[in-house]
Amino acid sequence: MSFLNYLVSGLSLGSIYAIIALGYTMVYGIAKMLNFAHGDVIMIGSYVCFFAFTRYGLNPFISVILAMLVCTMLGIVIEKLAYKPLRAAPSLAVLITAIGVSYLLQNMALLLWSSNPKVFTPIVGKPGSNSFTIGGLTVSYVTLLTIVTCVVIMIVLTTFISRTKLGKAMRAVSEDKGAAQLMGIDVNTTISVTFAIGSGLAAVAGILLCSAYPNLTPTTGSMPGIKAFTAAVFGGIGSIPGAFLGGLLLGIIENLAKAYISTQISDAIVFGVLIIVLLVKPAGLLGKPMREKV
Amino acid sequence: MNRLKGMNRTTRKNYITYLVVIAAYVILEVLMRGGGLKAATKGMLVPICAYIVMALSLNLTVGIMGELSLGHAGFMSVGAFCGTATTMCLVNAIPSGGLRLCLGIIVGTIAAALVGFLIGIPVLRLRGDYLAIVTLAFGEIIKSIVGNVYMGVDGGRLKFSMFTNELNLSPNGRIIIEGAMGIRSIPRIATFTAGFILIMISLIVIFHMVGSRAGRAIMAIRDNYIAAESIGIPAFKYKITAFTISAAMAGAAGALFGNNYSSLIASKFNIDTSILVLVFVVLGGQGNMLGSIIAAAALTILPEALRGFADYRMLMYAIILIAVMLVSNNAKVKDILKNLAEKRAAKAMKGGAAHE
Repeated sequence: MSFLNYLVSGLSLGSIYAIIALGYTMVYGIAKMLNFAHGDVIMIGSYVCFFAFTRYGLNPFISVILAMLVCTMLGIVIEKLAYKPLRAAPSLAVLITAIGVSYLLQNMALLLWSSNPKVFTPIVGKPGSNSFTIGGLTVSYVTLLTIVTCVVIMIVLTTFISRTKLGKAMRAVSEDKGAAQLMGIDVNTTISVTFAIGSGLAAVAGILLCSAYPNLTPTTGSMPGIKAFTAAVFGGIGSIPGAFLGGLLLGIIENLAKAYISTQISDAIVFGVLIIVLLVKPAGLLGKPMREKV
Repeated sequence: MNRLKGMNRTTRKNYITYLVVIAAYVILEVLMRGGGLKAATKGMLVPICAYIVMALSLNLTVGIMGELSLGHAGFMSVGAFCGTATTMCLVNAIPSGGLRLCLGIIVGTIAAALVGFLIGIPVLRLRGDYLAIVTLAFGEIIKSIVGNVYMGVDGGRLKFSMFTNELNLSPNGRIIIEGAMGIRSIPRIATFTAGFILIMISLIVIFHMVGSRAGRAIMAIRDNYIAAESIGIPAFKYKITAFTISAAMAGAAGALFGNNYSSLIASKFNIDTSILVLVFVVLGGQGNMLGSIIAAAALTILPEALRGFADYRMLMYAIILIAVMLVSNNAKVKDILKNLAEKRAAKAMKGGAAHE
C-alpha cells in the first residue's frame, strides 16, 4: 500500500473520530461535563442499525434514520434522568454518573444481545465489489461515504450553530448560563437539544464505524469513544472546528503510526502526540486560552 | 474516652480510621483461622487490600490535591510488573516468601514513584479537565509499553527486549515478562497480613502528610491556587511531592496485587481500572480516607454479593452507582443531612455548656 492509501484510510478513520468528537465537544461546551456514556450511545446506534438493516432487511436509508431516532431519544432520556438532577452538583459527581450510565448501557446491551460479535454488513457497496479505483488509488465505498458524511455534517452543523436562533442560544448558554437565562433563553431545552444532536451524530458515527470495522460487540464504542474524546481535547474542547480538525489529525496519525512504526504501540503514539500538543498549547489546537480573573 | 473527646476533630477521625482498619483485620483474621470464611471471600481479601491502597492513593491526588487523575492504573501497572518480576527473579535466591514480597513491594513502590515523578513534571503544569485527559493518555501509554516488554533471566543476568522476543535465552534461562502474555506461573506469595500492613503504612503516610506543613500548603493550593501562590507557596513543588507519593502508593498496591494472582497481563490495568478506583474515591467522599476504605471494600464485594442476580449483577451495579450519585447530590437529601448535622452540633454545644 502506498502512502496515499494510508492517508485516505486515515482520513476515513479520522472522519469517524471527528463525528464522535463533535458530540463530546458540544456537550462539554454547553454542560461543562465529560459525557463518558457517549461511546456507548454509538454502540446502541450500531446495534439498532444492525437489526434493522442486516437482520430485517430494511432499506439502508430507513435503518440509518431509525438508528438516529433511537439514539436521539436515548440521549434526551439519559440527560433528563441522570444529568439534569445533577446540574448544580460538583463536576466529579456528574462524571461518575456518566460512568454509571456507560456501564448501564454496556450491560444492557450484553443482556439483550450477548457478547458474541455481530457481523455488520456495510450499508453501501455493490455486491461483489466494494471499492473503486481512481489513478491507482483504491478507495472503498465506505471510505468515500464516511469522508463525505463528515464534511456534510461539519457544514450543516456550523451553519446551524452560527445562523439559526437555536444555534445562537446554544452559544449563549455555553458562554454564560446565568446571563443566557436572563435573556429569556430556555437553558434546559437548549441543553436537551445539544444532547439530542450529539447522540444523533453518535448513531451516524457508529454505523460508519461498524461499516469499516464490522465486528459489533457491547464494548465496540468504548475505545473509539475515548479516542474521539482525545480528539476533541486535541482540537480544543468546546470548539466545533477544533473537534473536526482534532478528529481528522488523530485518525491520520493513528493510521500512519500503524503503517510505518508499529501496530502495537500506535495508541501510545496517538496519546503521546496529544500530550505534546497540550504542553505546547494547553487549550488544544483551536481552543480559546482561558484567562483567570483574580 | 475523655482523652478522645479532648483531641481535635481531625486527630480523632484519624484514630477512628486506624481503629476500624485494625478491628476489621482482627475480626477477619479470627474468622479465617476459625474457618468461618468461604474460599471465595478469602480469595478476595488481598485484592480488596490492594484496591483500598489504590483508593487511598488516588484520594491523595483527587481529594487532598484536588486534581482529577484518570491514569492511576498506569502506576499500579508499573508497580505490579516491577514488583512481581522482582519476586519472580528472587525465587531461588531468597526462599522466604514474606521477605521476597517485601522486597517486591519496595521495588514496585520505587519504580512507580520514579514514573510518577517523571510524568508529574509535564502533567502538573496543566489543570482541570486537561490534566485529567493527559493522565488518561499517560495511563494508556504505560499500558501499551508494558504490554510490549520482554524480560528474562539467564545465568544471573537480566535481558530485555521490546516488541518482539529477542532475548535469545540459553536452555537454562527463564522468561519472566512475555509481552502481551505478561507474567505467568507467579508463586502467589501475597498475604492478607501484608495487605493490612500496607494499608496501615499508607494511612500513616497520608495522615502525617495532610497534617504537615506540606499538606496544609497542598490544600491551600487546592482551595485557591492564585491566593496560595501569591503568599509564596511553591505550588509546583508541593504538587509534585504529593503526586509522587500518590504514584508510589499505587505502585505498592500494584506489587501486592500482582503477587496475588498466578498470571498478570498489562491490559488488566486499563482505563476501566482507573475509573473503578475513582468511583471508590468519589463514593467514599473526597479527602475522606475512611470513606475510601469502606467504599473500596464494599464495591469490590458488591459484584460478588450480587451473584444471586446472575447475569443482572453488573446491571445492578450500574444502577446502584447512578442511584447513589443522584440521591447523595439531591438538594432535599442534602438539606436533611445539613439539618441533622446542625442539630447535633447544637446538642453538643448545649452538652458542653452543661458540663462546664
